[in-house]
Amino acid sequence: MGSDDSYEFTDYSLDQEQLEYIEEVLDDDLIQAGVHSVLLIDMAGNIIAQKDNGHCDHDVYSLAALASANFAAVDTMAKIVGEEEFSLLFHKGENENIHFSKVHSEFLLITIFGKDVTLGLLRLKVNEVVEKIRGLWE
Amino acid sequence: MAFVNMKTKEVQAKIVFYGPGRGGKTTNLEYVYSKFRERIKTDMVSIKTHGDRTLFFDFLPFDIGKIMGYDVKIQLYTVPGQVKYNATRKLVLKGVDGMVFVADSQRDKREKNHESLKNLQENLAAYKKSIFKIPLVLQYNKRDLKETPLMPIEMMEKDLNKQLKAPSFPASAITGENVVPTLKKIISLTMASLQNVMK
Repeated sequence: MGSDDSYEFTDYSLDQEQLEYIEEVLDDDLIQAGVHSVLLIDMAGNIIAQKDNGHCDHDVYSLAALASANFAAVDTMAKIVGEEEFSLLFHKGENENIHFSKVHSEFLLITIFGKDVTLGLLRLKVNEVVEKIRGLWE
Repeated sequence: MAFVNMKTKEVQAKIVFYGPGRGGKTTNLEYVYSKFRERIKTDMVSIKTHGDRTLFFDFLPFDIGKIMGYDVKIQLYTVPGQVKYNATRKLVLKGVDGMVFVADSQRDKREKNHESLKNLQENLAAYKKSIFKIPLVLQYNKRDLKETPLMPIEMMEKDLNKQLKAPSFPASAITGENVVPTLKKIISLTMASLQNVMK
């Protein structure tokens, strides 16, 4: 057995120009605003784009796998209790925090930030980034 | 749904180990991790219960080097085998590119293998994927067991692989026998299926 022509790949496609634009947006709007590290991943756990401030040494592949699974689990929980989705997904730590934001049905934006960025500012910035990335498909 | 990054010339593909509970899926990954320690830069991620059973999944990123000019990263996952964890098991299948079905060779696990394969077919169908089309390898695990009666390979082939006609290996995840050949086979089938997009 194996594969044949009808086998499907990603439900989305991004060319080099679009990837460069995404990286630029992540850098300009989030890293420059003081975010430590940001990942754009798909729901299968693949990394689409990644930027950090140069001081992070995270295992981004494991982080992406766990983040997509965590998001999927929370999303399923929302449906069980009758919600379409939970709009705020945020984990607070002593020094580092993680914020999850759904870009569209296939993409998730994971932002890791410290004490120097407030949650309010972060959500504002993340919303701007999400709008810009969504704009690629409009 | 492998992701091919044209900019960084990188491919990320997802291979999932499926099968009945206590069948040896995690042990397969642990063997791969110990065997290729120098190639795997990070730790294996395992989300387990207190009783050491897989609760959500195990995850092992595996760099296989360059194919057709692309840097290929294979992401190995296992699912929880226990019947009650179907909700999380289904989530792990999202975006899968290749499957290894780890069957338990013990005679009294015959029904469990059946149930799990049927469950795989249903869960793939939920993502609009066919068990007959996805790259798939069968592994008949625990061939090393001496204390308990095992099913003959021919019987397992007839039980599980009669229609699928997938490549299959008798194996022992605990001793490592045929673990690497299983992995090599599924990687080559998966990469062959991706060739159309890697130009």
